[in-house]
Amino acid sequence: MLYREAGQFKTSYQADQAIFPILQDRWFVVTFLLAALAVVPLLINDYFANAVFLPFLIYALAAIGLNILTGYCGQLSLGTGAFMAVGAYASYKMMTAFPDLSIIVVFVLSGVITAAVGMLFGLPSLRIKGFYLAVATLAAQFFIIWLFYKVPWFFNYNATGQISAPPREVFGILVTGPRAEPAATYIFTLVFVAVFAYFAKNLVRGRAGRSWMAIRDMDIAAELIGIRPLTTKLLAFGISSFYVGMAGALMFAVWLGAAESGETFGIDQSFLVLFMIIIGGLGSILGSFLGAAFMVLMPILLKQSMVDGLGLAAVTAKHIEIILMGCLIIFFLIVEPHGFARLWQIAKEKLRLWPFPH
Amino acid sequence: MTFKRLTQGLVAAAVLAAPVMASAAELTIPSMVYRTGPYAPNGIPFANGYADYFTLLNERDGGIEGAKINLIECETAYNTKQGVECYENVKNAGGGALVVQPLSTGITYQLIPKAAVDKIPIFSMGYGRTSAANGRIFPWVFNFPATYWSQATAFIQYIGDQEGGMDKLKGKKVALVYHNSAYGKEPIRTLESLSEKLGYELMLLPVDHPGQEQKATWLQVRRERPDWVLMWGWGVMNQVAIKEAASIRYPMDHFIGVWWSGSENDVLPAGEAADGYLSGAFHAPGDGFPAHDAIKHYVYDAGKGAGERDRIGEVLYNRGLVAAMWTSEAIRNAMQIHKTKNLNGTMVRDGFEALKVDETRLTELGLPGFTYPIEITCENHEGPGKVALQRWDAKAKTWSVVSKFYDPLRDTTGPLIEEDSEAYAKENNITPRNCS
Repeated sequence: MLYREAGQFKTSYQADQAIFPILQDRWFVVTFLLAALAVVPLLINDYFANAVFLPFLIYALAAIGLNILTGYCGQLSLGTGAFMAVGAYASYKMMTAFPDLSIIVVFVLSGVITAAVGMLFGLPSLRIKGFYLAVATLAAQFFIIWLFYKVPWFFNYNATGQISAPPREVFGILVTGPRAEPAATYIFTLVFVAVFAYFAKNLVRGRAGRSWMAIRDMDIAAELIGIRPLTTKLLAFGISSFYVGMAGALMFAVWLGAAESGETFGIDQSFLVLFMIIIGGLGSILGSFLGAAFMVLMPILLKQSMVDGLGLAAVTAKHIEIILMGCLIIFFLIVEPHGFARLWQIAKEKLRLWPFPH
Repeated sequence: MTFKRLTQGLVAAAVLAAPVMASAAELTIPSMVYRTGPYAPNGIPFANGYADYFTLLNERDGGIEGAKINLIECETAYNTKQGVECYENVKNAGGGALVVQPLSTGITYQLIPKAAVDKIPIFSMGYGRTSAANGRIFPWVFNFPATYWSQATAFIQYIGDQEGGMDKLKGKKVALVYHNSAYGKEPIRTLESLSEKLGYELMLLPVDHPGQEQKATWLQVRRERPDWVLMWGWGVMNQVAIKEAASIRYPMDHFIGVWWSGSENDVLPAGEAADGYLSGAFHAPGDGFPAHDAIKHYVYDAGKGAGERDRIGEVLYNRGLVAAMWTSEAIRNAMQIHKTKNLNGTMVRDGFEALKVDETRLTELGLPGFTYPIEITCENHEGPGKVALQRWDAKAKTWSVVSKFYDPLRDTTGPLIEEDSEAYAKENNITPRNCS
């Protein structure tokens, strides 16, 4: 009844190609964004910023990055953690070497540097596929993390190899460092993620995205119709790493404030982001958000409800949380192997008919 | 509908998730613990000791000077991201946390900048950032009774004593097997600086998290045969290292672990082979102190113990105990300074900064000779920095302190602390405060 496109006529190619062709969707997205921009900052405190919203947004950005590579282009990567580390260390080096450089430029440049590194490690993808490529990217994961431990230049020769983010401002408002207001860090990250998610959404609908999907579905056929695997795959690696690198930089500078290559960006991060896109939905931008939300928010929700709600001991709650997370992942994958994005799609189709299904 | 019920459940959970409020004049002390993950074997006894001492104060004395202690445990799994979540969760609990004990060098690094903003002191007892000993730049961080750098100098002094003088160290080979993280890297600069002065050769052998695989490291030790091996390990890494050392027949009396590598959990798996293994210590092992009897009587007999009764007195249990003791003394001190029981983080910080626990006070607390007297000042947040060595007796299954308490070589650590903390101050635009 409410969600029905009857009467919405598309009279131009532009209208036909809109990101959200249905009016209700457009309204929903706009209200959602407005609420996120205007209402949430009024209510936010340190806990919600640092434990809920920042991790969710930053992981969503990383998941979009990996989804471009794995979900759209079909190249399995286990190097996400390392590429996040590249972004984080690049931003650290730039923040300390050029204190006057705008933080927005720093983050974008961190993404660009990561893109270059990602393309370098993407070269093997021209020869090897599937699990073999996963192993090659795994090598990148270990090599890059090792490099950041080994070469003291990356952490400015300090005693412990920890990098910590100096305070930086955007339009006179602190967004990094301990004194940054939670609302400021939240809005900054939200705008960053929203802008680049919009960019990604358009990218995957365009020529680049279609050639990625062609390569994913059958690379020989794609080659036959004139898609060059070299440029297409490397572009996917580059764009994907660009996103992942920016996520790493945001994670280090805005969210955590300090980081250490192996501890913060270890192999478990690679798996975590991979789980996010698998559970959220491969080849879906929305899926990246839903997957990140599930993997970040669910443990906190479980923990909060068990420790503060039911009064369980912290350790018992932790054990139950680990068990429940595993069960929930299996449950959702059995119910819908294509992830939350597909569930959402089904729900939408049902809604179009509701309440008169026949 | 499954989903409907699920959503309802989630909404209910979210509503329940509202923070717990506590009543007035209660002392809220968060305890960041790790009873899960690869570091749990070491995290559990510490957490138990920490909890039991506060339970004892609550049960026997009705809290600190009559104000009940509300200890809130939060599980970090030794993971910095979970640690940050924990910190944000507990910092406002019950009207504000009074002091945070992060119990992980990584988490401490995350929290140091936040502490000054949130006005909650950090007590990173013998871990965390060594240069936080400089109270002029880190007013909110306390790392007494000693730091990793002091400990490194103590080990080198012990080695000098065994070799027959510090001048005999020339040409000797000392290996450092360390956890490849901020924590494990702490002593490197000190050891390097000492090696320049004393002429020994330093070999660096990193072990990656979590440290279950060390074959290559110990092959290298076997090939190079260093005269002494020092270890900065934690969790499962310790026991693996001791077992590997035993399997290459490295002499245990030349193998010294940091004070986080010297508990029962670390040596028991190696069995007889671990006999004679040495580690750093700043408090006594065992449960032969009146405070332990009190804990058994007031806490365990009442069924309120955090752990198992027969594990009272383990090295890490006692470490948690001593941490709780100093914390509670600092809080008591803050009550005396500010003449109120309604404390906040700023007041407790003052309590820490003027903390003085001498032998008389230790005896009153039921811990005579348990540790050495400490005195904290505005400039020096490390305190005396003394470290002794303890040795494992595999037959009797006991630790015993076998050396004197070494004073740190301040002429080595002092300039390093100054340099590192100045660098931090410069990077973060901090003006050192005036202490005089």
